[in-house]
Amino acid sequence: MSGSTEARPVIGGGAKIGRGVFLATTLGGLSSLWWGASVWSRISRAISPVESLVPLLPSGGWRIYTVSGSLPGFDPSTWRLELAGAVEQPAALDYRQLLALPKATQVSTFHCVTGWTVRNVAWGGVRIRDVLAQVRPHANVRALRFVSAEHPYDDYLTLEQASLPDVLLAYELDGRPLSRAHGAPLRLVIPDMYGYKNVKWLTRIELVPQERLGYWEQLGYDQDAWVGRSNGYRS
Amino acid sequence: MTRYVRRFSRTERALHWANALGFFTLLGSGLVLYLPSLAVLVGRRPVVKDVHFWSGIGWIALLTLVALGGDRRGLLRTARELDSFDRDDARWLLGRHAPQGRFNAGQKLNAALTAAFTVLFLVSGLLLWLGERDTRFRFASTVLLHDGLMDAALVLLVGHLYLAVIHPATRHALRGITAGTVREDWARRHHANWKPE
Repeated sequence: MSGSTEARPVIGGGAKIGRGVFLATTLGGLSSLWWGASVWSRISRAISPVESLVPLLPSGGWRIYTVSGSLPGFDPSTWRLELAGAVEQPAALDYRQLLALPKATQVSTFHCVTGWTVRNVAWGGVRIRDVLAQVRPHANVRALRFVSAEHPYDDYLTLEQASLPDVLLAYELDGRPLSRAHGAPLRLVIPDMYGYKNVKWLTRIELVPQERLGYWEQLGYDQDAWVGRSNGYRS
Repeated sequence: MTRYVRRFSRTERALHWANALGFFTLLGSGLVLYLPSLAVLVGRRPVVKDVHFWSGIGWIALLTLVALGGDRRGLLRTARELDSFDRDDARWLLGRHAPQGRFNAGQKLNAALTAAFTVLFLVSGLLLWLGERDTRFRFASTVLLHDGLMDAALVLLVGHLYLAVIHPATRHALRGITAGTVREDWARRHHANWKPE
């Protein structure tokens, strides 16, 4: 070892430490594919009181995923939620009628299938049954199709899934009207399923005899997007 | 008259700037995908995704081309230089004054970390891309790794830019990576153990 300062330095003569740093970092990073999420969920739970005071992650950890060229806009004077499909008489709610329905609030966790999670999301909105009370469905209705203003995004829930107690049509997020990025003015919230089932920019709910494949499901994602037990995940 | 000595070969400089070009293209397109405010402003997510993905492929391809098409033997020598830490490097890392070679110990660490980050960026990025197409490639932590790498790489980048562009004692190094040469007296002061050819 040519360690002394007097010795003429020899290129590459010292201890081979650089490759160790490289390998340790690479292997540590790759292994985090297995432990990263559980460690991060512990950390984020620990810092969540701080996070509410000092936002450490941009926009509270949300990412905005879209599938088309631009985000749908919202004009309260022209927006309608259509209720159609296998019903006696199609109906539509405008924004004011929507807000006049009984309001429900909940705090739930939002899981994206790509791995990120936002805890303690305060939603405000209406329960699906209160919206469906506007129409008289045919006897063969078994599922709902949720159509987004972001063409061609849509997704389905069975009536059973849609009647889970914490399924919400949300028009408020954290006490404020839903922003454009979060699906203004109305989005579906089903906390037990990954985000791609939580259709944003809702403009139409169709009552249908059976579920079909939604936008991401046609691209290979699971039809039932249960958090922790679908899309290759096991909790 | 000011005397200059050669610090970086043409291949080394080309590799550095190819890396910088790729990194900034990926950082820009990546931030549009990552930050909601930018995502809303720009829109066109599918296009931005394609730009980001193909920039990543282009980045690695460019690095490979420069490395293979340039002075390969010189690069291997540089890699050996970056790999080896002597007692002076250890002293330097402990915050003591110690003469340094062509690369100081901090630069060697930065190189090792940056190389590892490149591999991890590539692997996690490919997994994100493949995972969207096939559940077998889907891991709950891929996106965390990719984002965490960006945070760590940004810390390194900020330090690197500060030392290379702002800090008065060290910013002369910028000349080395652009023109290839640095002042001899500067080299003697900052890299006393380096004997330029």
